Amino acid sequence: MENKDHIFAYKTLFYVLLVLLILTSITVGISLVDMGKLNVWLALGIASVKASLVLMVFMHLKFEGRVLIISFLSTIFFLAIMIGFTFWDIGFR
Amino acid sequence: MDFEKSFFETPSSARLTGIWSWLLTTDHKRIGLMYLFATGFWFLLAVLLGGLLRLELMFPGQTLLSSHLYNSIFTLHGVIMIFLFIIPALPAVFGNFFLPMQIGTDDVFFPKLNLMSWYLYMLGGVIAIFSLFSDGFPDTGWTFYVPFSISTNTNVSTAVFAAFVLGFASMLTGLNFITTIHRMRHPKMGWLQIPLFTWSLYATSWVQLLATPIISVTLVLVMVERYFNVGLFDPARGGGPILYQHLFWMYSHPAVYIMILPGMGVISEIIPVFARKSIFGYKAIVASSMAIAVAGSLVWAHHMYTSGMSDTAVFVFSFLTFVVAIPSAIKVFSWVATLYKGAIEMTPPLFLSLCFIYLFSVGGLTGLVLGGAGTDIHVHDTHFVVSHFHFTMFGGTGFAFFAALHYWWPKMFGRMYNFKWAYIASVLVTGGFIFHYVPMFILGLQGMPRRYYDYLPQYANGNFMAGFGGLFMIVGIFMMMTNLILSLKRERNAPADPWGGVTLEWMTPSPPPLHNFTGEPEVLDYPYDFSKVIEKFARKPKES
Repeated sequence: MENKDHIFAYKTLFYVLLVLLILTSITVGISLVDMGKLNVWLALGIASVKASLVLMVFMHLKFEGRVLIISFLSTIFFLAIMIGFTFWDIGFR
Repeated sequence: MDFEKSFFETPSSARLTGIWSWLLTTDHKRIGLMYLFATGFWFLLAVLLGGLLRLELMFPGQTLLSSHLYNSIFTLHGVIMIFLFIIPALPAVFGNFFLPMQIGTDDVFFPKLNLMSWYLYMLGGVIAIFSLFSDGFPDTGWTFYVPFSISTNTNVSTAVFAAFVLGFASMLTGLNFITTIHRMRHPKMGWLQIPLFTWSLYATSWVQLLATPIISVTLVLVMVERYFNVGLFDPARGGGPILYQHLFWMYSHPAVYIMILPGMGVISEIIPVFARKSIFGYKAIVASSMAIAVAGSLVWAHHMYTSGMSDTAVFVFSFLTFVVAIPSAIKVFSWVATLYKGAIEMTPPLFLSLCFIYLFSVGGLTGLVLGGAGTDIHVHDTHFVVSHFHFTMFGGTGFAFFAALHYWWPKMFGRMYNFKWAYIASVLVTGGFIFHYVPMFILGLQGMPRRYYDYLPQYANGNFMAGFGGLFMIVGIFMMMTNLILSLKRERNAPADPWGGVTLEWMTPSPPPLHNFTGEPEVLDYPYDFSKVIEKFARKPKES
């Protein structure tokens, strides 16, 4: 099997870290503002984007084939959908 | 090098001998057989525990078990059957043994992780047994519903920790299978040349990987609640008991598909072989496996219609439940269509597969009664539910397990079993099954609740009949296992391809050599092309 070294530049890794920190701050920030049901979807959406960034960059998924990338990213968003579905209950009680 | 020696004679690694050649092996076939031994033990134990429950219920009043012991035994029966048998049985036993062979490779991608999964599985079993003898086995049922599970004095924490450890075994197996299918397929095998059993394992593995962490975290939270009184789920401390039910079923309903999908894969392998005909709707079956994995993960709250969740949620989850019936039905229609105008050759695996189709269909259709929000209110937590899930899980997965045993036994051990006894046992199990569970549908519709050790006088006849059928079923199960085990005393007599199969596991000697194949396996353009077999097999299957 092919075994290439996939190395990201430190600058790229730093930018990704920065984006992750900014997204975390946004998550904390919007949790303090009451936007109704939108709070949940925003939090889940941001969490999904963060997880995808970690998978793509830190875990080198970016260098894999399209099938693997689609498979793993789908699971992240699917998990968000599963958690989101609990709000069919909580949001309408 | 002698390529003809089977994996029984060639330990992996070569320096290991005796018991160590099993306990430290990284050979997927040996690990599969170790799972077979372990799951077989747990299955028979749980069958006997189930028999005790039905014996107690055969006659009104307290006869055999006290109420507390009854509660503990149905919990133990459920925990063992779910976590130690049905979830691991097909993927861990037959998946381990046959997945690498079906995709033309020599092992799984992570062989050591595979062995570690087995040890985690055994550890989980030992912890479950330990909880029996410490503070008494939980009396909560296998669902561990709060707030009872956080207030009962029985040893819930140890039992949920056992399930937590077993969850890790399941996740690691799923991870291993996904990686193996992606990375180790024969170079000439494209996605639409993969056999349907392996496809079903692929779909199952994703569910294992994605859903199991949810139950693991939830069970840890139950322990945290018990030890530190945090108030996560206990309404008296501001917690949400319905939240627990969401989290529990978010795993446990997809787990139903972890249990049934590989069973459907087994049936998809067996039917075309004995119909001597290409499977009807290969692509539709593949798509329906993936659709079941996705849609089946979004229907969990149909277990919760009476819990007090919102009406909107009841409507949405009821609708989705009916949607998930579609891919399941696609499979059933495809199997029947495969048999249509086929050159059918009756054998024990096919007989058991036909029983599967019938029993699973009854299970599926009664599931619609429970999926409908209105009808479910009437039969919720009654014997109707008990009967429904036994039709799907035992009539479905259990019979698929029996069919897989009879189908792949000659390949695994190189020995044919006695057909006559296999048929007699299968008829006993199926007949006993129907006599056992059909009365429970009626009892449930009449209003008899589940999980009670006693009942009102009007339920006496139904319970007596159910117990009677159960006895036949248990006798049949032990007869079936004895017949298979006795075959091991015979000489190795199974040819490489006793049935006329065309998937790659039949292209190698029985039992297979250590590295699975004696030469380069030939991958067919279409995995169920029987044209050569029809020419070659104008004879009966080999029975000694």
